[in-house]
Amino acid sequence: MEDYNFAYLDEQTKRMIRRALMKAVAIPGYQVPFASREMPMPYGWGTGGVQVTAACLTPEDQLKVIDQGADDTTNAVSIRKFFQRTAGVAVTEATAEATVIQTRHRIPETPLTEGQILVYQVPIPEPLRFLEPREVETRRMHALEDYGLMHVKLYEDIAKHGEIATSYAYPVKVEGRYVMDPSPIPKFDNPKLGGNAALQLFGAGREQRIYALPPYTQVVSLDFEDHPFVASKADHPCALCGATDSYLDEVIVDDEGGRMFVCSDTDYCTGRQQAWTEDAA
Amino acid sequence: MYVAVKGGERAIENAHAFLDEERRGDPSVAELSVPQIREQLALAVNRVMAEGSLYDPDLAALAIKQARGDMIEAVFLLRAYRTTLPRFAASSPIDTGAMACVRRISATFKDAPGGQVLGPTFDYTHRLLDFALLAEGEPPLAPQAEPATGPVPHITSFLNRDGLIEREEPSDEMPPDLTREPLELPANRALRLQALTRGDEGFVLGLAYSTQRGYGRTHAFVGELRIGTVAVEVDIPELGFAVEVGEIEVTECETVNQFKGSKTEPPQFTRGYGLVFGQSERKAISMSLVDRALRWKELGEDNIGAPAQDEEFVLSHADNVQATGFLEHIKLPHYVDFQSELELIRRLRAEAAKEAAE
Repeated sequence: MEDYNFAYLDEQTKRMIRRALMKAVAIPGYQVPFASREMPMPYGWGTGGVQVTAACLTPEDQLKVIDQGADDTTNAVSIRKFFQRTAGVAVTEATAEATVIQTRHRIPETPLTEGQILVYQVPIPEPLRFLEPREVETRRMHALEDYGLMHVKLYEDIAKHGEIATSYAYPVKVEGRYVMDPSPIPKFDNPKLGGNAALQLFGAGREQRIYALPPYTQVVSLDFEDHPFVASKADHPCALCGATDSYLDEVIVDDEGGRMFVCSDTDYCTGRQQAWTEDAA
Repeated sequence: MYVAVKGGERAIENAHAFLDEERRGDPSVAELSVPQIREQLALAVNRVMAEGSLYDPDLAALAIKQARGDMIEAVFLLRAYRTTLPRFAASSPIDTGAMACVRRISATFKDAPGGQVLGPTFDYTHRLLDFALLAEGEPPLAPQAEPATGPVPHITSFLNRDGLIEREEPSDEMPPDLTREPLELPANRALRLQALTRGDEGFVLGLAYSTQRGYGRTHAFVGELRIGTVAVEVDIPELGFAVEVGEIEVTECETVNQFKGSKTEPPQFTRGYGLVFGQSERKAISMSLVDRALRWKELGEDNIGAPAQDEEFVLSHADNVQATGFLEHIKLPHYVDFQSELELIRRLRAEAAKEAAE
């Protein structure tokens, strides 16, 4: 694709995005407005993540793209192919080998290391949005650190349901300052947000926001002393690799209520199955 | 055993090939050419150019063909292409007063300098299916008159003279650019107008209609609606003067709105404004009604809580490329989120059952 610049976006646009990224890294958890561009894939399908990835990629990078933890779901395939065409970068499915990982809805099970960048696709960056629909108002609330509404919501959940009824996109507080939406990852993944060795970047294209967690940032899932945060998952081992520590997808196997549970992180699962086979051999 | 429901690369490629075939339709029927679309579906082309924010009838026609007539998809194609274009200049403001009008009507004055010109309009046609169009054939030529050569001043300028309508003071302030800066609120009028002119026609129409039915009523008359071509000029710094680089067709609508005065403004007529690429009359009128409704604050009017008065609501939801993308993204896999919801619901149900048993 010689008609397009490396990684599709022109250098001016990348510079604009990098400036927003620098600001985001300097103020962890703060949503930086950026002039999101129209991309050749629809808004809501990862345009924010794609722009952040495009602004970060160098020709030497090894890119991994996952959706729901899997490398071979349709949209992950489509985004990976986009960067293969427009940037010609090497791609990989191995978490450990990747220098840049674009993800939708999961954090890989394999711990990330220094130098890696994890790029999240974000639909609604504003953690207060469903409590207050107005952007003018929510920006003011962040500025004043006015998070009372959020605590009331969590409290009401406990009063009504006995627990905080949020299972994904579970809000966190960053470095004791900004309340942040971690994108719709299951709350099982929340503990991996804090103290992570990798740089975590969040891109919301339609909503024109970028935010970031620099390596080793303190990230705390909101909770109460008497109702502490619990990272939950289906109470089963993976039916394919036997893992008990990974997030599981439920798969319906027949029309009589039969189901099985398998790792949502396909690279993690395949790696464990291979290790098994090698041990057996 | 476990069959992974995964869309491999091949499935995607095959789906695209299938789509291409469907787009072509029955191969025994002649293929539609891009010039045919440009010439014979001109209003569709105009809409795609307006909402795509790119004036190029050939590319818009191509987008319509590629999108199988799905207008929002065509707008999207044009927008995605537009993003990749370099910007080498900004034009001087177009002078709609110097427009070569093919249509120009006023609902407020029976006659005015420049006259009323109906032009190519559906107005007053009887909406009877014309079965003659089923057979191919050339329509008879329309009668021709000498083009009027006199000036065609803006009709609202007549009201201006008597101070009966609010004055629009010219300003050299650089308008913000919605496509190059993130939308930040509150927005000024220039930014609101940008959002409206590229906003979805149906959405803007619906909002405008709601003001007519009482949700933020602004008592609008079409002071003037004009359609025609205007020159686009670009300042060349090396030359020290502006050079005409082309012509575009636009539709401009100015509404005259009743206004009884407020704490800050005397009783006078106020304005709503619409300007849209191509012949896009419905859109231009809708735009000027919504523009006027959004101006409640600067005119010192009450906010009655109508949707069309709510700047954040209107501007955040007018863009159909954004809206359709986000709406349709719920087709993408959400296994992970759904799984966590499943577990939560099962847990809550188990607790409720336990409590009921006790």
